[in-house]
Amino acid sequence: MFGRSFWGLTSPWSEMERLRREMNRLFASFPTISGARIAPGYPAMNVWMNEEGAVVTAELPGIDPEKLDIAVVENTLTLSGERKPLELAEGDVYHRRERGYGKFTRSFQLPFNVEANNVQAVYEKGVLRITLPRAEADKPRKIAVKAA
Amino acid sequence: MANENELNIQETEKQEIAETGAERTRSRLAFVPRTDIYETNEAIVLLTDMPGVDESTLDITLENDVLTIKGYVETAYPEGYGLAYGEYRVGDYERSFTLSDKVDRNKIEATVKDGVLRLYLPKAEPSLRKIAVAAG
Repeated sequence: MFGRSFWGLTSPWSEMERLRREMNRLFASFPTISGARIAPGYPAMNVWMNEEGAVVTAELPGIDPEKLDIAVVENTLTLSGERKPLELAEGDVYHRRERGYGKFTRSFQLPFNVEANNVQAVYEKGVLRITLPRAEADKPRKIAVKAA
Repeated sequence: MANENELNIQETEKQEIAETGAERTRSRLAFVPRTDIYETNEAIVLLTDMPGVDESTLDITLENDVLTIKGYVETAYPEGYGLAYGEYRVGDYERSFTLSDKVDRNKIEATVKDGVLRLYLPKAEPSLRKIAVAAG
């Protein structure tokens, strides 16, 4: 189905493929383009995970990071903000208008509780990256097997 | 989405570049960046959304009448993490516009902030030349 490496990486490939199949099964009627799910709202998000937590990235060009609101409650991340429309002076005319604007809110549920005090968010070059560490109490515990 | 009425962000899907004629040398995804263009009395202003691009990874050329904007994005995937859920893809940006003669090419200004490129294209002084018509 994919001619070239989709994410530019090969390591998450098998995992992606598994997820894709699972997603296709779950959302058989849900439209997909080239494997990426269509975001149900703005902004589109990518979620990366490991045992220690998750990293959520979103492309939000031209946003005042001061006005970006990131809230974490237990396992839910809520991101809201606003992209201000341009204010044109009298007599100015648009030739082309493709960039969106307006208020947005998106909530995302993670499969674990988040250590809310240690959440970090970095906004750089129009890309937001939120690091959400998994709550210590929620981490998987290793169970040692004793020889009988 | 909290309030549909207030929101005017139509699409979250990035438009992939259509390969026409010459192929790109980088075997990477490339997208057409969304652009606003408006005209004031003094200039034409172009605003382009290019998240992930800064002044060092931006390439703007003006050849003849064609203004080409290229933005290269270095994909910095979080180390040690696996992608669990993906809604957008990361790639370069490329778009060209044809400029009219009205633009003063020597005074074009480009700034980039928070992943938005702003190109200021001042209008050239009208070089009116009157042609006298002699009676035949």
